[in-house]
Amino acid sequence: MLKNYDLVVIGGGPAGLAAAYKASEEGVSSILIIERDKELGGILNQCIHNGFGLHYFKEQLTGPEYAGKFIEMIQAKNNIDILTDTIVLEITSDKLVSAMNSVNGYLEIQAKAVVLAMGCRERTRGAISIPGDRPAGIFTAGAAQRYVNMEGYLVGKKVLILGSGDIGLIMARRMTLEGAKVLGVVELMPYSNGLNRNIVQCLHDYNIPLYLSHTVTNIIGQERLKEVVVSKVDENFRPIPGTEINFDCDTLLLSVGLIPENELSKDGGILLDPKTNGAIVYEDMQTETPGIFACGNVLHVHDLVDFVTKESMRAGQSATEYIKQPYTHSQNILQVLNSDGVGYTVPQKIDLDRMNKFVEIFFRVRQVFENATVEVKQGDTVIMSTKKEHLLPAEMEKIVLPKKFLLESNPNKLISISIKKEA
Amino acid sequence: MDLICIVCPKGCRLSVTDQLEVSGNTCPKGEVYAQKEVTAPTRVVTSTVFIANGLHRRLPVKTDGDIPKNLIDDCMSAINSIKIFAPVKMNAILIENLLDTGVNLVATRDMEKLS
Repeated sequence: MLKNYDLVVIGGGPAGLAAAYKASEEGVSSILIIERDKELGGILNQCIHNGFGLHYFKEQLTGPEYAGKFIEMIQAKNNIDILTDTIVLEITSDKLVSAMNSVNGYLEIQAKAVVLAMGCRERTRGAISIPGDRPAGIFTAGAAQRYVNMEGYLVGKKVLILGSGDIGLIMARRMTLEGAKVLGVVELMPYSNGLNRNIVQCLHDYNIPLYLSHTVTNIIGQERLKEVVVSKVDENFRPIPGTEINFDCDTLLLSVGLIPENELSKDGGILLDPKTNGAIVYEDMQTETPGIFACGNVLHVHDLVDFVTKESMRAGQSATEYIKQPYTHSQNILQVLNSDGVGYTVPQKIDLDRMNKFVEIFFRVRQVFENATVEVKQGDTVIMSTKKEHLLPAEMEKIVLPKKFLLESNPNKLISISIKKEA
Repeated sequence: MDLICIVCPKGCRLSVTDQLEVSGNTCPKGEVYAQKEVTAPTRVVTSTVFIANGLHRRLPVKTDGDIPKNLIDDCMSAINSIKIFAPVKMNAILIENLLDTGVNLVATRDMEKLS
């Protein structure tokens, strides 16, 4: 069965919902959202805590409420079709999408434009090579969150958490409220990777200790986890012998990072950036494959869903323009380089002929900086600089670069973003 | 006293004097938060309740306002004592005037009945 749609959006989480909504608002006449779960909303459905929506909806919402509002906005549109319980098998550079579900069987869908909004996946025990036994009771924090908040299973009673990113902190509070004893949160780095507010309201409120510069060095247990050994690490992150602490626990939750889920993108020949693990995109969110756009956590991991929404609306807007009048990027391209202290930038490329008056460039720093300056250079010339009191790897930063700051002569066709420490 | 504001993800570093003068806040909400935090701290509680016949086995809920921090345990006991039947609409009141706080426990999503 071959179907035709103007726009196919892969993924029905916050990114996919925002992209589809924007395209619909802008007049795209036929849109299909393909979602592999049984309902729309993505990971927001299991993020039952509040703190979402302050930027976009100007109010404090829980994850399900944020998703619910978007789902309602989508359902009010008569030009958006939704396929749930459907897995996408392949996307080609000609924008032919093949998918499968138990109702329609095998499906082929020809799109004029595609938005990639597949989100990200958690890093696992294997990804960080924790030594020791392999008993039951070791979960990624997000998987545990789904068990507790949606499926109705408390995954353990005495819990240790590795990783102090926001999901780890949120799960420390959540497990405590549900009656488990959380013995501590262990963090390899000398600082937490979570928001300060979550340190306060998830750890301090419940007297949960945070072990900075520590990591898990052994796991003991035959059928079920019995004991986790934690050691202090030196400045090179190597465990220091003699600093072991033994935790008697039945559960270890891992909150050790997220990876954009780009198997479909890779198979479809879309060029990825090894620094973000997401697609290389222009300022309009278009990938190097014309007509295929990417947004949200499949592009780079965000801190706040509100920023995912904004970025995805830009993808929806550009997809609309592409559907109305297909375009390829000009030869007048500026490459954005991450230089000293900067881990990555999105977008990686700017089309000087198509760009608006301003371009928003997102980036993450590699380490903690206090009182530093963010510098944008074109060649050796500093074209923009902004002072920042704090820069943290856990917080995505943004600069808004006006087109008029760019130099006329542009021999290297690149700009770089770097962090300069205060002298 | 030094505090970190929890009103929004920004997490401003606040200082409160004994006379309840607040500094370090970048918005008016921070001042209100800091004064409350040192006198009578409150929190919004989010959790889940048992739901029968629903698409999922748990329904997410929240207190529709903040409650005194020292009532969080009692609030969780109340949350764990109720059973809900699908279908439910977002914002439906599940417990009215929770623990005499004037705050209600409400559903934070729609949940269809499983056919």
